[in-house]
Amino acid sequence: MAIDYSKATGTGSSSGAPGGGGGGLLKPSIITAIIGGVIGWLVGHWIGNSFTQGYQQVQGSGSNDIAEILGYIGMVIGWFAGLGALNYPIKKMFGAEPEADEPVTEKGWTKYFRYTLDHKTVGVQYLFGMLIYFFTAGLLALAIRTELLSPTYHIWSPDTYIEIVGEHGTMMMMMMTSVVLGPFGNYVVPLMIGTKRVAFPRLEALSFWFTPISYFILLSGLWQGGFQSGWTGYAPLSVQQGVGQDTYILGFGLQGLSMVCASTNIVATIINYRAPGMSWSRLPVMGWSMLSLGFTMILSIPVLIDGLYVLALDRTAQTALLYSGHGGSSFLWENLFWFFGHPEVYLLAIPGFGLVAEIIPVFARKPVFAYKTSAAGFIGLAILSFFVWQHHLFQSGMNPDMRPLFMLTTELISIPTGFIYLVGMGTLWRARIRLTTPMLFMLGVYFNFLFGGLTGVYVSDVPINVTVHGSFFVMAHFHYTIMGGVIFAFFGAIYYWTPLVTGYQLSEKLGKIHFWTMIVFFNSTFMPLFAVGLLGMPRRVFEYAHRLQFLNQWVSVSAYLLGASLLFFAITFVWQLAVTRRPTVRNPWGSRSLEWFVESYPPPAYNFKRVPVVLSWPYEYGDANALPVADIVNETKDLDPVGRA
Amino acid sequence: MSHNALDDSRSVEATRKVIPKLIALWIVTSLIASLLVWFVLGPHLPPGRMTDQAAGAQFDIRFVSTLVPPVLFFIWIFFGYSLIKWRVKPGEDPLAPAADFRGNSKAQGAWYIITTVVVLFLAAFGTYYLVVPAGAGGGEGPSPIWTPGVKNMLQVQVIAQQWRFTYRWPQFGGMETTSIFLPVNTEIQFNVTSLDVIHDFWAYQLGVKADANPDVNNVAFTKTQQLGRFTVRCDELCGVWHGAMYNYGYVVSQAQFQQWATQMETQNAAVTKLLPKYSTTYTPSYAGNGGGYYPPQDPNANL
Repeated sequence: MAIDYSKATGTGSSSGAPGGGGGGLLKPSIITAIIGGVIGWLVGHWIGNSFTQGYQQVQGSGSNDIAEILGYIGMVIGWFAGLGALNYPIKKMFGAEPEADEPVTEKGWTKYFRYTLDHKTVGVQYLFGMLIYFFTAGLLALAIRTELLSPTYHIWSPDTYIEIVGEHGTMMMMMMTSVVLGPFGNYVVPLMIGTKRVAFPRLEALSFWFTPISYFILLSGLWQGGFQSGWTGYAPLSVQQGVGQDTYILGFGLQGLSMVCASTNIVATIINYRAPGMSWSRLPVMGWSMLSLGFTMILSIPVLIDGLYVLALDRTAQTALLYSGHGGSSFLWENLFWFFGHPEVYLLAIPGFGLVAEIIPVFARKPVFAYKTSAAGFIGLAILSFFVWQHHLFQSGMNPDMRPLFMLTTELISIPTGFIYLVGMGTLWRARIRLTTPMLFMLGVYFNFLFGGLTGVYVSDVPINVTVHGSFFVMAHFHYTIMGGVIFAFFGAIYYWTPLVTGYQLSEKLGKIHFWTMIVFFNSTFMPLFAVGLLGMPRRVFEYAHRLQFLNQWVSVSAYLLGASLLFFAITFVWQLAVTRRPTVRNPWGSRSLEWFVESYPPPAYNFKRVPVVLSWPYEYGDANALPVADIVNETKDLDPVGRA
Repeated sequence: MSHNALDDSRSVEATRKVIPKLIALWIVTSLIASLLVWFVLGPHLPPGRMTDQAAGAQFDIRFVSTLVPPVLFFIWIFFGYSLIKWRVKPGEDPLAPAADFRGNSKAQGAWYIITTVVVLFLAAFGTYYLVVPAGAGGGEGPSPIWTPGVKNMLQVQVIAQQWRFTYRWPQFGGMETTSIFLPVNTEIQFNVTSLDVIHDFWAYQLGVKADANPDVNNVAFTKTQQLGRFTVRCDELCGVWHGAMYNYGYVVSQAQFQQWATQMETQNAAVTKLLPKYSTTYTPSYAGNGGGYYPPQDPNANL
């Protein structure tokens, strides 16, 4: 356990970030990164074209995947060079000792556009990044729903429509995996466990800066014919596609690298950087969820990257690993993809559950119920998630012997999921409940996920799967678990931690309007889709039976209203942070968790003046005489959090 | 902690009295809802009863749907009661401690046991209804292990390609048709394959779904029981016209089927001669014959 591995200064500084010192426009930032990216792309693309000179089938095909992929790889290298992220490792490689600086203490808003080693800055970068990615993918969802207003009349051409479907699915699935780990895992968890710094600040920063370039590459696919394989990228369709498919490979792969970096850092931080007294039995439940999430990411993402590498080989080096006609197998991709893909679903669920179990006790004034069970639930979900992937392939022609086994393992995953409901029900029992905005969102998770979980039983049951596989029923099911789960938890967490992160309190009234409109229109959007799927409508189609028109129109209108609710959030959130700026009071929710006992909101550089000593469990809400959570509580409790006189 | 600080509504005694009432409410509401699901909604649930497999799927959906209300109402009633009863009232100190307990071994134990038993039961239920109706209409791959045990099944080969389905009939001279008619009261074996990318043969009302993979024969069984029209849709994303890859088939009387098949065999005789020999799979030729999608400049073309 530990402590402060910093240099003699004891500040926990990490050397090597490029933010320090002057330099004006040439100071590494997002601007130099863009310049570097453009140069890198040109160089990579030129090399690719040079390599392929004389290969008639490439020249004649109208697309050069080698130049495309090398262009993007060059762009990524240029991007990180422009950010200054390569300075430290290159200097080290050549035996130089990079000069130490204090990037963590950089002031002003420009730090958010730089490669920084401060976990709180990275958390804020992630927060706004994730909101941008979520809203972009959300707009694409509205484009899909607009097409489905009519069973036969088309807004988009068939190729544009299927490109939009692929972009929406891929962006949501690859980006939203970090929607909790990125903003809150990076920002809050180090504070919760009482550390001044994270274990691998460079990896953490790298993890964020992978996301904008990944987002850009993925979106750029729209200008290159897109990819018609959806987010699942099944081969040989994905081998057959044009250069737009390369954006899928690179975009998804870079986001995978981001997740590996982020999860390695969070796992190492939680294991090694807990404050004295922060034993495993006192670790906040969110810490357990992040730990489970981190291990799941580290073990599953490499399989995705491997699959993408194989796909890239088939598309560039003309191997035939994924095409049976030449000796490969399309089942290889399906299994590689879903071996990552199903744990990925739990990468989305576990952090949502972590937030719920973390926040509900604050507003129930009771200890979290069955603490060990909640931790066991996260670990159980993480482990079992590796043994269920073939339930996506029940009708694929896989070995039929496997189907009862994967049906069993999939059903078994209901048990640790049920633990989360037990924790919630037990925590609310005989509680003192405040229905604040964050609490409403957490209760919303329980409401929504119940439908997602119960319909999961249908999907996992092989005989029922024959009817619902690949239909809108499945689509509704996973939107209930993902959007109804982690996205609701994400918004609740924004309302909950904004006072800590910004020093400003968000309006409860506006927050509740956002919550109620969002939950009503969310359910109005996705509930009818269970019926649409059961009635025979496959996913990803642009034509459907006339008898399903009313239901589809209902869903589309509801989706617009859901979009309006989210727009309401975006406007009011920015307005309150930029214009009204109502200062928060100290510890506005009355939490016992350590992050609220920093000297100021936002927390100062290096978080704590000294490493706190943890004295008690963070959930002793039911005991008025319990020890404070740490020895710094009494030192900070009377301080004004935002520096007012 | 101090239980003294608690008001009466949060005391152990008060909550002990209410639990039986909540359980009674749960039983009554669940029973009513489950009966409505089984008797009112159940007979109308998809995918209908056109085949044994469809009827089996309908039974499974009906059964699982009947189990949903008890779970929903259990969660809703306990959450709802807590939120109504123990919400902070005006004038109360919102930050005062509530009850101080971290768990309840009996409640937790019961939860673990009940959820485990339910889950194992559902897995056993699903397995039984997968095996008994010969794979429940799902694709079993090239070597099916759950078969109807009937000789002389009608063989229908489904060939998917971007972006249409065609059907070959080995018992009718290997003819290939673009339409599909099936005789009623007949065991049918679908042999599903693809000439290019992965598709999926979803005959909705027949309760049949099987991926069409290139170079793989994915076998599914069904037994027709009712006359009528059924929809065939592709259910795996297969490219730009995936959304338009559908057609309709018909279950007709055996005499009508014989008449249709004989007529098609005669009508297509000249074309049938040009087709590759009937096979469970067709690897697209490098030279482009047989629906290959590799372009002529493919370097393997001359191998």
